[in-house]
Amino acid sequence: MRRTLQSIPLLLLISIILFLITTNAPGGALAPYLANPHITPADIVRLKHNLGLDQPVPIQYLKWLWHILSSGDLGWSTSNSEPVVQAILDRAVATLELTISAFVIALSLGLSAGLFSAIKPYSFWDYFITTFAFFGQSMPVFWFALMLQLALAVHGIPLPGGYQIKLPSAGISSSDTFDLGDRLSHLIMPAIVLALLQLALFSRFMRSSMLEVMKTDYMRTAQAKGLDFRTVVMKHGFKNALIPVVTVVALSLPGIAGGAIITETIFAWPGAGRLFFNALQQGDISLELGYLMMLATLVVFCNLLADVAYAWLDPRVKYD
Amino acid sequence: MINTPAMNAADLADADDQGTKVTFWTRLRRHRLAIVSIFILGFIILAAVLAPVLTHFITHWDPNVIDDKAWKGDPVPPCFVNALLCGGHILGTDEVGRDLLSRLLFGAQVSLQVGIFAVIMELIIGTVIGAVAGYYGGWVDYVLMRVTDVFLSIPLLPLLLVLTSIVATSSSKASLSFGVIVLIIGALTWPSVARLVRASFLSLREREFTEAARAVGNDDARIIFRHLLPNAVAPIVVQATLDVAGVIITESAISFLGYGIQPPTASWGNMLASAEATLQTGWWVAVFPGLCIFFTVLAINYLGDGLRDALDPNTR
Repeated sequence: MRRTLQSIPLLLLISIILFLITTNAPGGALAPYLANPHITPADIVRLKHNLGLDQPVPIQYLKWLWHILSSGDLGWSTSNSEPVVQAILDRAVATLELTISAFVIALSLGLSAGLFSAIKPYSFWDYFITTFAFFGQSMPVFWFALMLQLALAVHGIPLPGGYQIKLPSAGISSSDTFDLGDRLSHLIMPAIVLALLQLALFSRFMRSSMLEVMKTDYMRTAQAKGLDFRTVVMKHGFKNALIPVVTVVALSLPGIAGGAIITETIFAWPGAGRLFFNALQQGDISLELGYLMMLATLVVFCNLLADVAYAWLDPRVKYD
Repeated sequence: MINTPAMNAADLADADDQGTKVTFWTRLRRHRLAIVSIFILGFIILAAVLAPVLTHFITHWDPNVIDDKAWKGDPVPPCFVNALLCGGHILGTDEVGRDLLSRLLFGAQVSLQVGIFAVIMELIIGTVIGAVAGYYGGWVDYVLMRVTDVFLSIPLLPLLLVLTSIVATSSSKASLSFGVIVLIIGALTWPSVARLVRASFLSLREREFTEAARAVGNDDARIIFRHLLPNAVAPIVVQATLDVAGVIITESAISFLGYGIQPPTASWGNMLASAEATLQTGWWVAVFPGLCIFFTVLAINYLGDGLRDALDPNTR
């Protein structure tokens, strides 16, 4: 409970700092209008007054904050000519589709690879998996995306019998009607790209956590009782090894959302990350501020979630 | 099979822990990949330092000069792909006809320097803030750690993009110079170091030698920098090494998106900026700069891993 309360001043502090950074931008929210030759200086003054930009910064901040708290209003997006919240929510479905797919890939493959690694430490497959994890962590996401496009979209992988694997390099769909196969073929590359980093991270954490558990006395006891290896590993080992991993998984959620900026931009995926990047190019300050604020809130929430999950899974941990 | 003692570097290190510099090197040498990485990094650094010499004698092309004899609109292929068309460009040219190898060599200078200088800045800010917070405790600690929390709660990449785009629109994109990029990255990445230093200082300040140092009349600054900091160096070194890798990736990502190092100056990231458009006509434009980033970052990560085993055998 105390932790929940602590996150409120933290969010306020984040909002103040983000607001100061973005409102100090030259031209501020007016930058897109200043660049427009059809808008006269008199129009600018009027716009300034209408948007409240002629008031002192603390007043502007308090107004902005009040709009968020009272009606969830994050301002007007100049690059989309609609409210910021509306613009982001419209794209959130596409982003969720992508991030959830990536998360499922990272979680299922990462945890099983880490588990497998830890059961047979220092075997060939362990070395293979740990090396792969290291490679995954060292790979620039955007370059991995380019290489996948080169292999799967430009050239295609030939299969025996004259078939070949070839995937579309961009977009969410190429047909107007809903076609699952088509949707999946568009989804698979960006999802793999987005999953790579987390996949590497999860497998490393799962491995080291499981190795710790393998050394414990209760694992030896369980084996000494005559349980078969499978039961010992899955029921006694895996469940306990999962506890610290849950924290890492919760903390990585915002990372996936942030990584979506690069992935969505490269694959022309119509999500919130690409929306943010377009806003950036057009100097749409309110949208940038709103997006950052939403991500930061997500981070604070996930930190809280990680703490709660940790205490809930491991009764030895108690927070006051 | 569960309790088979695993013969890894950390276990071996426990056996001969003498607490001297000798054990550091013996431990590090057992981490074979870290040693290989040191040689690879040495090679990359040498290539970067010698970039002007190498371009003069080997590639014969200035990194920013367009070869309008060989270039006909598409990237000129490398010599091992097409010896007739390559026009002497060992790795071919980029999409506007500049020698790719020359640009890779000069790009190495930029990418490595951004990594090193941004981490130096991160270390200075992070160490001072972490040390002050951990040493004094109380409300100083509280205030500094809340500020740290703020920067840890805002995802790095979007915030970085917002800051660099603000600088870019305030004057022009050309103002996104090397120094500005280093400053912005350093100013956003210090919280990890600050947390680490603070954690060490919280325990170190309770130790007897701190008491002794205070008793003989040292002032706070001297106790912090001469007595406590040297004892907190190990985790900082590991973190700093891994952060160089992180910064190189980050810089390449923002340069790729157009908000980092600006052309015509080559950085490994901005060389990839237009690679997506030439995937059809010249795969080499996309492949080689990425390989450079990948192998550099991989080597630094393995080195960091080796340093962690050698300096602090108890973790992992």
